[in-house]
Amino acid sequence: MLSVTGLRATVGDKEILKGLDLKVGPGEIHAIMGPNGSGKSTLSHVLSGRDGYTVTAGSVLFEGQDLLTLEPEVRAQLGLFLAFQYPVELPGVNNTYFLKAALNSLRKARGEPELDAVSFLRLIKEKLKILHLDDSLLKRAVNAGFSGGEKKRNEIFQMALLEPKLAILDETDSGLDIDALRVVAEGVNALRSPERSMIVVTHYQRLLDYIQPDYVHVLARGRIIRSGGKELALELEEKGYGWIDAELAA
Amino acid sequence: MTGASAVEDIVKSEYAHGFTTEIESDTLPPGLDEQVVRAISQRKGEPEFMTAQRLKAYRHWLTLREPEWAAVNYPKIDFQAISYYSAPKRPEDAPKSLDEIDPVLLETYNKLGIPIEEQKALAGIAVDAVFDSVSVATTFRSTLAEAGVIFCSISEALRDYPDLVKPYLGSVVPYTDNFYACLNAAVFSDGTFVYVPKGVRCPMELSTYFRINARNTGQFERTLIVAEAGSYVSYLEGCTAPQRDENQLHAAVVELIAMDDAEIKYSTVQNWYPGDERGVGGIYNFVTKRGDCRGARSKISWTQVETGSAITWKYPSCILRGDEAVGEFYSVAVTKGRQQADTGTKMIHLGKNTRSTIVSKGISAGEGQQTYRGLVRIGRRAEGARNHTQCDSLLIGDRCSANTVPYIEVKNPSAKMEHEATTSKISDDQLFYCRSRGLTEEDAVSMIVNGFCKEVFNELPMEFAVEAQKLLSISLEGAVG
Repeated sequence: MLSVTGLRATVGDKEILKGLDLKVGPGEIHAIMGPNGSGKSTLSHVLSGRDGYTVTAGSVLFEGQDLLTLEPEVRAQLGLFLAFQYPVELPGVNNTYFLKAALNSLRKARGEPELDAVSFLRLIKEKLKILHLDDSLLKRAVNAGFSGGEKKRNEIFQMALLEPKLAILDETDSGLDIDALRVVAEGVNALRSPERSMIVVTHYQRLLDYIQPDYVHVLARGRIIRSGGKELALELEEKGYGWIDAELAA
Repeated sequence: MTGASAVEDIVKSEYAHGFTTEIESDTLPPGLDEQVVRAISQRKGEPEFMTAQRLKAYRHWLTLREPEWAAVNYPKIDFQAISYYSAPKRPEDAPKSLDEIDPVLLETYNKLGIPIEEQKALAGIAVDAVFDSVSVATTFRSTLAEAGVIFCSISEALRDYPDLVKPYLGSVVPYTDNFYACLNAAVFSDGTFVYVPKGVRCPMELSTYFRINARNTGQFERTLIVAEAGSYVSYLEGCTAPQRDENQLHAAVVELIAMDDAEIKYSTVQNWYPGDERGVGGIYNFVTKRGDCRGARSKISWTQVETGSAITWKYPSCILRGDEAVGEFYSVAVTKGRQQADTGTKMIHLGKNTRSTIVSKGISAGEGQQTYRGLVRIGRRAEGARNHTQCDSLLIGDRCSANTVPYIEVKNPSAKMEHEATTSKISDDQLFYCRSRGLTEEDAVSMIVNGFCKEVFNELPMEFAVEAQKLLSISLEGAVG
């Protein structure tokens, strides 16, 4: 599904990713953990095609296609989705209208017919039910005036609707209290399927109490320095990230 | 693709409606003197009082100087280089039906996406199509006549209903008002007259499509709408123009009069040629629009979507004379490339418990310059007057500018005034967010801009709102990559 090899990326003069390797198979959930400044958000942004990053070496293949040469919207059309750490507000743009335009642009790119208003409404009602969300957020402008929890829920709702093959959740747990965290995690779990892979980027282990990963990777100083099963997350929780620094220094 | 490159392309997008229709024109040679003023009046077969009024205005105009207070820059206009009258050939053979209309003309409308036949069928709109200076097509006259509504060109009105026109023409915007209004009073070519009798709700939206066509010809439209007590009328004005080299002066005057309990809704979508990348060749739009809420509980609403012209100088205003009268101004103005706009409104509260609402949305891209200039004046007698003003500016790129210049004069202590102003930019974050959901940069810009303008679009009649959105998308086309 996704194969990242020897990825190096810079922001300005500063190298953030220094030879990162990652392989994600269909239906797998990978957690990427690391201390602040380790390159977690850079990885999410480079994969989704945000401006401001220069890839200096390495490759990213998504279902065999070279992702790095593609525009962000084309990556989305291929089935990539980024749940933002800080979802962006679009004042005046109705959420339903936004979602319909997004979904139809994906469908169009895939050669599928666009959905009319009636079938689209039916579809969103169904998705709301799966995620136990109420429909008040449909009537509001995209993320405008949403609380932190509402914004994150809206991201998961978008993911449910756009049905990506690979979803990257960028610190989805940041800024959430425990109840909001549970709601979001339940949403993510409802969207698990053998065809959908996820990369869960997080600083804390607590999200992984709710979303059980198949693999856990430790990202530090721009590289993955350790990979393992979910027990690795518990080990990190216990020993903290300082332990990695000690190990790297040794 | 970056936000910056998106902006480059908005700025470079070509004017989509630029083309010239080849129709022979009966045009006066350039220049202005009393002979020309008389010739215009004569050609239109006007009553004598009108000729006299035109001459009075012309003589006064000679004493006036061009205003320079607006925040716009342009080379000095040579008023002797302008031709003041242009009519399509054979003005006497006015067409009786669409079959009689010059096919080239119909094609022009088709290119603009406003075929008259379809409009008739789909929208039920009566179209008084103004091609250059003389009306060449008027439809739905009989339906309107049954309701007692008069909807015709101002020249026809002066010939057929001089007694009805005389007391109102120039009563809201006198010829002494300002330089351009005075010029218009002397040389106005044609325009529209609407009269809605007492208690009548006009059975359809009235619409005039203006189009500037003859080369190097000033366009001096004159519009007069009178709504008698308890009546209602909604009037739509839309314009596009062909591409050309010379700067074109447009100095229209619009007067609205609403009696007791009457309501006039005046909507404009304006898309005149804005000039090329360097700003050469665009239209100069110096317009005086004013509504007089003469009667108690009368209401006048101005809604405008301004995307064209090289220079816009326009302040649709309301004089709230009657007690409890209501004035509204909803505006979207787009400036891109080298476009300059100094626009806003005036709300003059004279009557008791009068209310006014101002919602102004300015969008600047490229090197566009925009100034909102608004006056809210509460007179001494205007007990309990209220105003709410909201001015929002949206900037695209970092070479454009937006200014807000509100003037507030309150002479009655019971007045309530609210003023809100914001300035924002389309951020790279917003564009990336939309793109990561599969939308192109162009769709993203158009979506954000339409969201920004929503409050104003909501005020437009349905068909016009759709057209306005389309126009905005065309204007910002190639905004992106």
